[in-house]
Amino acid sequence: MSEEIAKKVIAIVVDKLGVEESQVKPEANFTSDLGADSLDTVELIMELEKEFNLSIPDDQAEKIATVGDAIAYIENATK
Amino acid sequence: MGFKRVVVTGLGALTPLGNNVEEYWQGLTNGVSGAAPITHFDASGAKTQFACEVKGFDPLQYFDRKEVRKYDRFSQLGIVAADQAVQDSGIDLEKLDKDMAGVIWASGIGGIQTFEDEITDFAKGDGALRFSPFFIPKMIADICAGHISIKYGFGGPNFCTVSACASSAHAVAEAFTMIKLGKAKVMITGGSEAAITHAGVGGFSSMKAISQRNDDPKTASRPFDKDRDGFVLGEGAGALVLEEYEHAKARGAKIYAEVAGSGLTADAHHMTAPHPEGLGAMRAMKMAIEEGGLELTDIHHINTHGTSTPLGDKAETMAILNLFGDHAKNININSTKSMTGHLLGAAGAIEAIATVLAIKNSLVPPTINHFTDDEELPALNYTFNKAQAREIKAAISNTFGFGGHNASLAFKKFDE
Repeated sequence: MSEEIAKKVIAIVVDKLGVEESQVKPEANFTSDLGADSLDTVELIMELEKEFNLSIPDDQAEKIATVGDAIAYIENATK
Repeated sequence: MGFKRVVVTGLGALTPLGNNVEEYWQGLTNGVSGAAPITHFDASGAKTQFACEVKGFDPLQYFDRKEVRKYDRFSQLGIVAADQAVQDSGIDLEKLDKDMAGVIWASGIGGIQTFEDEITDFAKGDGALRFSPFFIPKMIADICAGHISIKYGFGGPNFCTVSACASSAHAVAEAFTMIKLGKAKVMITGGSEAAITHAGVGGFSSMKAISQRNDDPKTASRPFDKDRDGFVLGEGAGALVLEEYEHAKARGAKIYAEVAGSGLTADAHHMTAPHPEGLGAMRAMKMAIEEGGLELTDIHHINTHGTSTPLGDKAETMAILNLFGDHAKNININSTKSMTGHLLGAAGAIEAIATVLAIKNSLVPPTINHFTDDEELPALNYTFNKAQAREIKAAISNTFGFGGHNASLAFKKFDE
């Protein structure tokens, strides 16, 4: 399950941020490593919500800074 | 501090006739129609099933994937055309005082495809206000002016003019005025439009503004012909680099033509119908000629608005006859919309380019698709069906928009 989530998250990040898959490591920060601006980040969260049928509250979304954060949040939320 | 002279030093175009200025001019002078069945969406059930699309434009040739997603097609076309114009101008961006360089970029509608996509998604949803954070910044008509300034770091005047089908003529007029008043040395100006969408075609179709000649799209745009039945929707972008004359001279720039004047008026008559005698149009042409210090007889060519609608073409030709009197018959009048279709907010820019090139090359592109004279129109030289060689001292490009906006641009042959 976890691997499947990671795979989907990485695919979304690659698509929305226009980066190479090799750059999308767990420790990669959306803003400083993957070049996301504030709008990109909102879009990314919305796409994750759609993909995993979740609603991520703003105060939680603000804490999702890295690819690993996103995967961990989704794993937790979809348990 | 007196007024500055303004010259045209760079051109760029993505049009239904070709994706650069050279192909555009070749198409114009050879009398090629850009009309064809619509490919952007399935229009098979529509009353109008054809348009003048830009062909073979692959945004990934110019932008990375992320940029492609963030720029509506109207911005993509605009950014590429602007870049062509900047390259063509030969301006050394390293040496340029970028705070004295600006961008005035028009669109009549803006990102209508983006609007359509987002609203469609919303309507399919559960009513929650889920919109992409890029919805607004992708759609708004001014955004392309912003993107162009970001690309080149131009810190001068920057905004968008919106006046329906006169939008980019207003942009060129404003850019000209900025330089004339000394507020900028270099301006990128023009406009772009990409409204061949369900909503764009459907909206104009309901107004009965567009031709329904589905059996023969290439002859559908027939300005000044007796059987004209509306305009043909087009898309694309036109870009001009305007430059203060001494600035251009100092760097040895090639000069296409001089901007002489602009005329900006309103019909103050009806939401969409032109004034029947074209009074607003007449005053716009007169204003442009007077600002340029020109005589009526200096005008040898008029690139008309000439959309191929029954009322519009008549009002404009009446305006020409009433303003120029006996001289009207000496003028090479044309409508390049017979070939390009109507690019709405980009029309003024691509037609300004056609006008400038007609002056520079002493050649007036034709009004194609003339089959039957319309006895209700004055007998003038409409440059029907074949380009005509003509030494041009000065020329006018007319553009009018829903709302009764009229913009005329006067250009003259450059002479030191």
